[in-house]
Amino acid sequence: MSFYPFLIALLLLSAAGYWFGSKKALGAVRQSTSFLTPRPHQFGLFVAIWALLPPLLLGVFWVVFQVMPLQLDAGTNQQIDRVFFPVLGLLAAAGGLFLAIRRIGPDLKVRKSIEAVVFGILILASIISILTTVGIVFSLLFETIQFFKKVPMSEFFFGLNWSPQTALRADQVGSSGAFGSIPLFTGTLLITFIAMCVAVPLGLLSAIYMTEYASDRFRSVVKPLLEILAGIPTVVYGFFAALTVGVFLRDTGSAIGIDIVSESALAAGFVMGMMIIPFVSSLSDDIIMAVPQSLRDGSYGLGATRSETVRKVILPAALPGIVGAVLLAVSRAIGETMIVVMAAGFAANLTANPLEAVTTVTVQIVGLLVGDQEFDSAKTLAAFALALVLFIVTLCLNVIALVVVRKYREKYD
Amino acid sequence: MTDLSNKTGGTGWNSDHFRKNLARRKRSEKRFQRIGLGAILTALTLLAILMFSIFSKGYTAFIQTSISLDVTFNEAIIDKDGTRDPEALRHANYTKLVQESLRARFPDVEGRSNLRALFGLLSNDASDTLRDMVMANPELIGQTLSVELLAGDDVDMLNKGYIDRDLAEDNRRVKDKELVWIDSLKEEGQIVTHFNSGFFTNGDSREPEKAGIAGAMVGSFYTLLITMLLSFPIGVMTAIYLEEFAPRNKFNDLIEVNINNLAAVPSIVFGLLGLAIFLNVAHLPRSAPLVGGLTLALMTLPTIIIASRAAIRAVPDSIRQAALGLGASKQQAAFHHVLPLSMPGILTGTIIGLAQALGETAPLLMIGMVAFIADIPGGINDPATVMPVQIFLWADSPERAFVEKTSGAIMVLLAFLVLMNALAVFLRKKFERRW
Repeated sequence: MSFYPFLIALLLLSAAGYWFGSKKALGAVRQSTSFLTPRPHQFGLFVAIWALLPPLLLGVFWVVFQVMPLQLDAGTNQQIDRVFFPVLGLLAAAGGLFLAIRRIGPDLKVRKSIEAVVFGILILASIISILTTVGIVFSLLFETIQFFKKVPMSEFFFGLNWSPQTALRADQVGSSGAFGSIPLFTGTLLITFIAMCVAVPLGLLSAIYMTEYASDRFRSVVKPLLEILAGIPTVVYGFFAALTVGVFLRDTGSAIGIDIVSESALAAGFVMGMMIIPFVSSLSDDIIMAVPQSLRDGSYGLGATRSETVRKVILPAALPGIVGAVLLAVSRAIGETMIVVMAAGFAANLTANPLEAVTTVTVQIVGLLVGDQEFDSAKTLAAFALALVLFIVTLCLNVIALVVVRKYREKYD
Repeated sequence: MTDLSNKTGGTGWNSDHFRKNLARRKRSEKRFQRIGLGAILTALTLLAILMFSIFSKGYTAFIQTSISLDVTFNEAIIDKDGTRDPEALRHANYTKLVQESLRARFPDVEGRSNLRALFGLLSNDASDTLRDMVMANPELIGQTLSVELLAGDDVDMLNKGYIDRDLAEDNRRVKDKELVWIDSLKEEGQIVTHFNSGFFTNGDSREPEKAGIAGAMVGSFYTLLITMLLSFPIGVMTAIYLEEFAPRNKFNDLIEVNINNLAAVPSIVFGLLGLAIFLNVAHLPRSAPLVGGLTLALMTLPTIIIASRAAIRAVPDSIRQAALGLGASKQQAAFHHVLPLSMPGILTGTIIGLAQALGETAPLLMIGMVAFIADIPGGINDPATVMPVQIFLWADSPERAFVEKTSGAIMVLLAFLVLMNALAVFLRKKFERRW
């Protein structure tokens, strides 16, 4: 029996159970008066749940069985898959149904048992997010350990040369490639730095103007417009950076006699900064709003102008929160992928010159994993090591930022 | 009150020093305000430049150039035996038919390379058009009709003004002789432009004039469907658990911290998770919307949970207490009263999360949704690509004509995003309740 007929049979069975259960409960109601607390459809649900739960548990075994690398020949495997599990599943469903209907009676605490099942489901749903984290950590860690068996850790963290291209033949010279990731980290930092130089002043000043000067009408129009910048997919920014900004910078550069490559760090960083403006501005907006009005009033009362209040009272008071916001923006910039994949270079280049092409961690992850993957070569595994570094760095930045922001909020609560 | 302000050289608040100081402070106040406004205007200008650069390049993607030619459906070429057998008609040489009609239009073109250039005016698709016409109506054989055939991408680009005629011939995609032919066609009114419906009905293609986004749109639809079916129920259940039932203990704090951190994990890491778990361990099909949807669901989950929790928290306690007071259990209060009241907020958050997932590219690159796929996917297990990835692929293509296609696809993607966000805003405006 294939999957869909089995599923339909199961659902029909539980629907029948629902109908029969509520019917029986209704019948019982007519005979006695002490049988009224739960409503009839709850008895139906109770039966339906009992019809579905056993095959569901069996289904989990089924999936585990299929994933497990058991050495069975195809015929047996198919037999088990096509006959054994479906039949067992339907039997389990029928058994659960039968037992549940027999249990219907005045003593059955039906609401309680339904709610226990629902509670279990809710907990299971919550655990999925934990499983996701565990999955990320383990899948990255596992491949990274494999990687460090092939490439020494000292080379990865302190090497200055990155060229993961492994040769086609194993006996060729330099077939192992070079995995020094310093150029990637510096490239990432350079682009992030440029992005922050664009995003922090623009975002922060916008937020100050919005909170301290703008009228409500201005706010209600401009704020959503700024948020559009955050809603545009990153691939669109990448296209813009590569085809418009990169080319524009190159042409301007050649017009005034400076050599700017079209994949310069400046183009990628600038566009990334553009993307992050609303992120910085809305976070700082919240934080500036959280500064108590009494501080402002005190400053105005002493005769300070608005700008003096902002510079000498509000910004110092909001500084920890703003630092937190900037850290969050940095972590966002470090993890950003599509803009740099499309607008930055692929060649690792150890330089601090924003007019040259640099590469980043995310670009290399994409470069290493798109196309053929061999999970026994250092080239593919290197991507996981890079991703683990990326994951840890962004995680730390976020945790620090969240702690800073929380401390800041508590101060003014 | 005495007016002291006209006197100069006064003392105290009225001294020159204080006056100058006040004027300076007022100037600095003005300057600061202007800088703030300037920052906002700069950001908006950047947005405008971005939009303009996309739209000005992209709108031509919705227009297509065709060449109208007199085609003789020569029986000697497509149906030598005269049997009208559909199988024979399907495999007949329609390219020859196209070439013959081009030669009939330009009888004085001779020589192999010249002829090849002449045939290059039309897209490869032209012969397929003729085949479809004949298959649909075999009566056509033997007749001469004026047929509009898809032009090649160079003609299309020239017609839309992307190729500069004044450039030296060596640097120009369209050579002088081709210009002569095209101009002659234009004079006769044989170059026509239409709305490019193929852009919305074709799959991807190596030929820019035939490439469309239908495959990517269907792929995006399936992927988003899987994402929604998984992340919406799981997200809402998690939010209800955390807000309504979870006792404060270590375990629930862990879940909470964990969700906040997941929301900030770079999207590409989710791609690696999908690659490691769904492809390498579970052996699900590569490049399939199923895997893409699963990966994006994990990525969208934190967004939905955080938005749903905020919506649930906004429901006042009096609702819960009234329900409990009437004898409802905690779960009944949550599911019958709190959940329906918080649904608009939850839906708004879900739509915004899904809009993010629709625009997401990086994790899908990791699970192989970047392959060139010309067919429109028929289900969640077929190899597919999605709209942002299609944009990425086209942006990488060297042909000039793909720039316009890329911008056009971006415009369609943005339209979908605007639509989803508008729906979210509408839901919020329509059903939002202030307590």
